[in-house]
Amino acid sequence: MTAPEGPEALVRRGTVITAIALLGVAGVYVLAWGYTPIEARQGVAQKIFYLHVPSAWSALLAFSLVGIVSALYLWLNDPRLDRFAAASAEVGLAFSAVMLTTGPIWAKPIWGTWWTWDARLTLTLFLFFLFIGYLALRAALQDPGERARFSAVIGILGLLLVPFIHLSVYLFRTLHPQPVVLKPSRPSLPPEMLRTLLISGAVFLVLYVGLVTIRYGLAAAEEAGERGDAA
Amino acid sequence: MPSSDGSRLLEATGLWRAYGRRQVLRDLDLAVAAGEAVAVAGPNGAGKTMLLRVLAGLARPDRGEVRLEGRPLRRDAPHVRRAVGLVSHQTLLYDDLTLHENLTFAARLYGLPTPAAAARAALDEAGLGPRADESPRRLSRGLAQRAAIARALLHRPRLLLLDEPFTALDAAASERLRAELGARRQQGLGIVLVTHQLAEAWEVATRIAVLVEGRWACNEALAGSLEGFLPRYQELIRA
Amino acid sequence: MPEWLRLALVIAGKDLRAELRSRTAILSAVVFAALVLVVFNFARDPTALAAVDLAPSVLWVTFALAAMLALNRAFTIEQENAALDGLLLAPVPREALFAGKLLANLAFVGTVEAVTLPLFVLFFNVDLGAALPGIIGVTALATVGFVTVGTIFSAMAVRTRFAELMLPVLLLPFMVPPLIGAVQVTARLLAGRPLSEMLGWLRLLALYDLVFVILCALVFTAVVDE
Repeated sequence: MTAPEGPEALVRRGTVITAIALLGVAGVYVLAWGYTPIEARQGVAQKIFYLHVPSAWSALLAFSLVGIVSALYLWLNDPRLDRFAAASAEVGLAFSAVMLTTGPIWAKPIWGTWWTWDARLTLTLFLFFLFIGYLALRAALQDPGERARFSAVIGILGLLLVPFIHLSVYLFRTLHPQPVVLKPSRPSLPPEMLRTLLISGAVFLVLYVGLVTIRYGLAAAEEAGERGDAA
Repeated sequence: MPSSDGSRLLEATGLWRAYGRRQVLRDLDLAVAAGEAVAVAGPNGAGKTMLLRVLAGLARPDRGEVRLEGRPLRRDAPHVRRAVGLVSHQTLLYDDLTLHENLTFAARLYGLPTPAAAARAALDEAGLGPRADESPRRLSRGLAQRAAIARALLHRPRLLLLDEPFTALDAAASERLRAELGARRQQGLGIVLVTHQLAEAWEVATRIAVLVEGRWACNEALAGSLEGFLPRYQELIRA
Repeated sequence: MPEWLRLALVIAGKDLRAELRSRTAILSAVVFAALVLVVFNFARDPTALAAVDLAPSVLWVTFALAAMLALNRAFTIEQENAALDGLLLAPVPREALFAGKLLANLAFVGTVEAVTLPLFVLFFNVDLGAALPGIIGVTALATVGFVTVGTIFSAMAVRTRFAELMLPVLLLPFMVPPLIGAVQVTARLLAGRPLSEMLGWLRLLALYDLVFVILCALVFTAVVDE
């Protein structure tokens, strides 16, 4: 049983992209240590910000794509769209897990608490649960057509939930002002910090692309293999 | 082969459908005219049941089209579904409602003018009048089958689809079913009957179609005896 | 009346009749709600927190959990004897089918809430007084929100092996905005705060209802049609 060229080539390409991105992450580490200044109030621990924030962005990107691609799937019925959405969900789960672990690691030394209900952490926590729900549902369904349709429904509904979560957190916080120390440190960033953050964002984007390509390729290879068995 | 008299009840063209990873329908065509009864036979597998579901509008073909009385069966055209009735392996009845309530509900779904009366009449005609106020879970297989058929015919569809209806019926019930189908066919009902027991089909059908690996191994008018056909049938399904 | 509405009412009526016959979902949900209230009572320290501070959260957590029990019913009855096929065969637009199931679920959950509220007042000694109309209003608003999403998710969950577990896993994130809104408004109602303090939340609830009722009705066909 030979696997077709397509999926294998994808996995290879994805691995290359991911390797490049991981080098980029190492680069970001270097930048974070050497290049960026130490933040006055928060000290060295603040530097985890360069991993924490782009992970959150990537998780949100991953989720948005799941939602958009799901809507496209319901319209166009192409199984490749479903495969992409599933790959994006798995990668997004990983990114949100990273964000949710780096968040407390950052928060503890700076704010003295492991968890805060600030907008970014809360939203990412919801994304995490939505990803889990999405993947749990997929795991519980055998028929590929049903699995694709149901996942697409959750994807779309989940995407529309995000603005409501945001709105709820916003309303909650304006009515319950948090102590000043919990404000996310963003208003005016010195140029080195901003540059490093943007570079890190780009690196994480490449990492996302690489990981999704690998996952997509693996899924395609698996399906091709099964089709070979079943025919 | 499509009939030439123009009263084409069902016309399915170019049906493709996958189930899981297998293609169970491959570029399938089927036409049924009023008063025709097509027996669909073939080896076990998801093809025959899936074909019925596609013809009933319960499943969408990946490619191809189904037309009932000339109108395409599509999600956005619910009224087209009036033309068809389905008797499947399950009764489609609610155990928490009585037979009469079940059929009244079905009548309301189809927008019949006097739902309760229509339900009562259908049950009486099926010989289930005395048990109309019982739950379906109390009925024997044969009686439950009759209730399911009554429900399927309530809205006077022009096409009736049946999925292995003779399964687990005793001789008397089978005979009754055969007689009923024959009578209705004479009145112009089109029938598609899925079976893997050719003997049952032989008395009801006017045409035999054998589905093998998603394609018709044969699709022709019934001629001759069952005994004459059987060897050929074995040959076809072995292919 | 428009055909879709007639069909929705016919379907909802059938669900209500079947439920009245067997009474399984409503009874278990009500008993469950009462038990939850009892547990909450023993789980708190009466000297530390006044009942009225905790009341809105307790009430809404109870409503949410009880609702999830009741929601599974709407589609499990369609599983036996493949009755759902009967609905799909008929000339019923899928949006009407969704509306019918939604109405039935609202009736079930509403009934559970109507029984739970007096129990809550009893156990927690809360004085509803003038707040009652407002509480009923916000309850209706929030319930529509999470029952809508719950209806479509239960249609999906019922096809999996662990339906009772799958539904909460899928539904809980979606229950949060209506719950937050409901708790905030309920707390302010009980404290006698002016309406202006609740408008933001009420708008959130109303917008949530609007968006999700329409969206769920539109995607419902992807859940029931193969």
